[in-house]
Amino acid sequence: MGGACCCENLVDPKQIELDEIINKHKYDNGPLIPILQGAQEVYGYLPAHVIKHISKAIRIPVARIYGVVTFYAQFRLTPVGRNLINICLGTACHVRGGAKIVETIEKELKIKDGATTEDGRFTLEVIACIGACGLAPVISINNEVHGRLSPDKIAGILAKYE
Amino acid sequence: MAENQRILVCAGTGCASSGALPIIDILIDEIKRQGLEETVSVVGTGCQGFCEKGPTLVIEPQQILYTRVKGEDVAEIIEQELVKGERVERLLLVDQETQKPVSSMADINFFAKQHRIVLHNCGVIDPKKIEDYTAREGYKAIEKALKEMSPEDALEEVKKSGLRGRGGAGFPTGLKWGFCRATPSDKKYIICNADEGDPGAFMDRSVLEGDPHSVIEGMLIGAYAIGADEGYIYCRAEYPLAIKHLGIAIKQAEEAGYLGDNILGSGFNFHLKVFEGAGAFVCGEETALMASIEGKRGMPRVRPPFPAVSGLWGKPTNVNNVETWSNVPHILRKGAEWYTQFGTEKSKGTKIFALTGKVNNTGLVEVPMGTTLREIIFDIGDGIQGGKKFKAVQIGGPSGGCLPEDMLDLAVDYDTLTQAGAMVGSGGLVIMDETTCMVDIARYFLNFTKKESCGKCTPCREGTTRMYEILDRITKGEGKEEDLDTLENLALTIKETSLCALGQSAPNPILATLKYFRHEYEAHIRDHKCPAHNCSALLSYTIDAEKCKMCSLCAKNCPVNCITGDKKTNTPYVIDEDKCIKCGTCMDKCKFGAVTRA
Repeated sequence: MGGACCCENLVDPKQIELDEIINKHKYDNGPLIPILQGAQEVYGYLPAHVIKHISKAIRIPVARIYGVVTFYAQFRLTPVGRNLINICLGTACHVRGGAKIVETIEKELKIKDGATTEDGRFTLEVIACIGACGLAPVISINNEVHGRLSPDKIAGILAKYE
Repeated sequence: MAENQRILVCAGTGCASSGALPIIDILIDEIKRQGLEETVSVVGTGCQGFCEKGPTLVIEPQQILYTRVKGEDVAEIIEQELVKGERVERLLLVDQETQKPVSSMADINFFAKQHRIVLHNCGVIDPKKIEDYTAREGYKAIEKALKEMSPEDALEEVKKSGLRGRGGAGFPTGLKWGFCRATPSDKKYIICNADEGDPGAFMDRSVLEGDPHSVIEGMLIGAYAIGADEGYIYCRAEYPLAIKHLGIAIKQAEEAGYLGDNILGSGFNFHLKVFEGAGAFVCGEETALMASIEGKRGMPRVRPPFPAVSGLWGKPTNVNNVETWSNVPHILRKGAEWYTQFGTEKSKGTKIFALTGKVNNTGLVEVPMGTTLREIIFDIGDGIQGGKKFKAVQIGGPSGGCLPEDMLDLAVDYDTLTQAGAMVGSGGLVIMDETTCMVDIARYFLNFTKKESCGKCTPCREGTTRMYEILDRITKGEGKEEDLDTLENLALTIKETSLCALGQSAPNPILATLKYFRHEYEAHIRDHKCPAHNCSALLSYTIDAEKCKMCSLCAKNCPVNCITGDKKTNTPYVIDEDKCIKCGTCMDKCKFGAVTRA
């Protein structure tokens, strides 16, 4: 093809990493889930072109991969915001007022569970248990845990994340 | 000063969340600064169990427990404890009865009333060091099995111990192994189910984080007894620390010759891999779990054929949960007879419970089967937070049920709990007080099972959604009189007709709350009142203009800024009902009792 742009010579470093992951698991029994997990670690989510690439490499139809991706909570098809908020709603957090924390954060950020703010600052996810039941109710932002919360503490915590 | 002291810092997920990790570094620095590194060592351990008071640290050999330790306390602890041999009183636990500080773990009910078999290494050893494990008789059981016992002997010993599956259903472990052993095949698998998805249960995670070698050793014995040469540990990806520690442990076990080919020169081969689950509660069901390892959507299938006949990739497979595997080395080392002295007639050994909710001592406790709920909640758990009244205990997570106060003297074992309408399940014990609404709890669990239903069978997929919708309506004050009958009918049908245990047990929280707390449902439906003052839609907050001193404290603390007023213009504060999320912060903050709830 004529008029090739100079970037065609550049190889996307993420692509190299992805191919390494694929080659590592390709010949395992049941390679799909470990490859998807690795790919998500590289890209932060699973873009369509990545799923297509995996499909070709391990000869599993895109439809089947899509079925697996949408089945498991871990996989995401859209990018995350700069800060990922996980609100724990395990049973312990629930009985200690976790629902009020969810409501407060949803009102504060004006987004619902699973969504990302327009400015890409926060993604909100309600999850089933962080395992810090002793600190209930808890949230974690970028894996940093904030425990023993009450609704009035939320604004101050969110302000720390840009 | 005592020779060779050890400082054990809990570095489990709970304490790490409370800030334990920097403390380890500060301790090491401070010990160096004081020139004590010859005689004092610092160990980052797995979960010590006392999550409520975390970060915790224990000074050995005296077994002094320090609670809620912060970085700035470290210098004082070292100075007092290690140099002068005195206690730092303000960091000791205060006994609720005597109101005096207690220092020794032996005097603290939380520890003294437990009996730790599975947890005997958790919080005591460094889980990242195989030599810590072997120093406490680790890998002695597999050595004994390989050198002195035939696979049949090992299987027989586990059968005699009466060990039952700790994952929930309580199926006899030895019997299960026997089925798999009896199936002729060129290849067999064993799997450790570490997909602990039950919200409010974290014992499997703690065992994996705090004593990963015990699970590996248990699996080795199982593989030897069954005749398997390959194994998987299916661990949720949400447990990064457990996965990390497992990876280290497997590598060390391989290097030490406990995993791999020709183990300890016996000719027995066993290879072990960790598979990271991708977040689906249903994968705790064994056929779904195997589908997931095969790279498919984790959906259960009809049994038979049972996994013992046709499991992973069509080969005979045996699946047990973490706690079950971790029991096995103890049984082999000390014998089935020793093991059967703990527990009740039909439930032998101990069980780990994750004690959470409105209880004073949140944490991980291991007690002999047959211990009463009262002992667990009031002796070990030290009763209800804030002096409130106990209302119910939820046992067994989304598959279990809530039991009321008059069942507190029930001895906890598989059969009595199932009879009472709850189940041991994975062992989550969530304590609820008078401010917990039981309808809301049922709604909460159904919301969970509805989301986690894999969608394969109609009763579970549609049924959990319909039940959730009804419960949601009731908590909003829109319930109808006939709802309760509909709920009961639906619940019983779903229980009977669902494909796997997820659907079959999903109605349990409803059935149990309807059985023991029907009046709360009726209050929501008939009087549009939530007796626990929990359901937002049935609450309203108002400020009494007479009592309001216009201090603005409520408005300042309101997370959604729905309270307005002004002292300058003498306008008492009022709440905008449309914006109010009924969190109750204003009521908690008001010093004049001006905020009322109806």
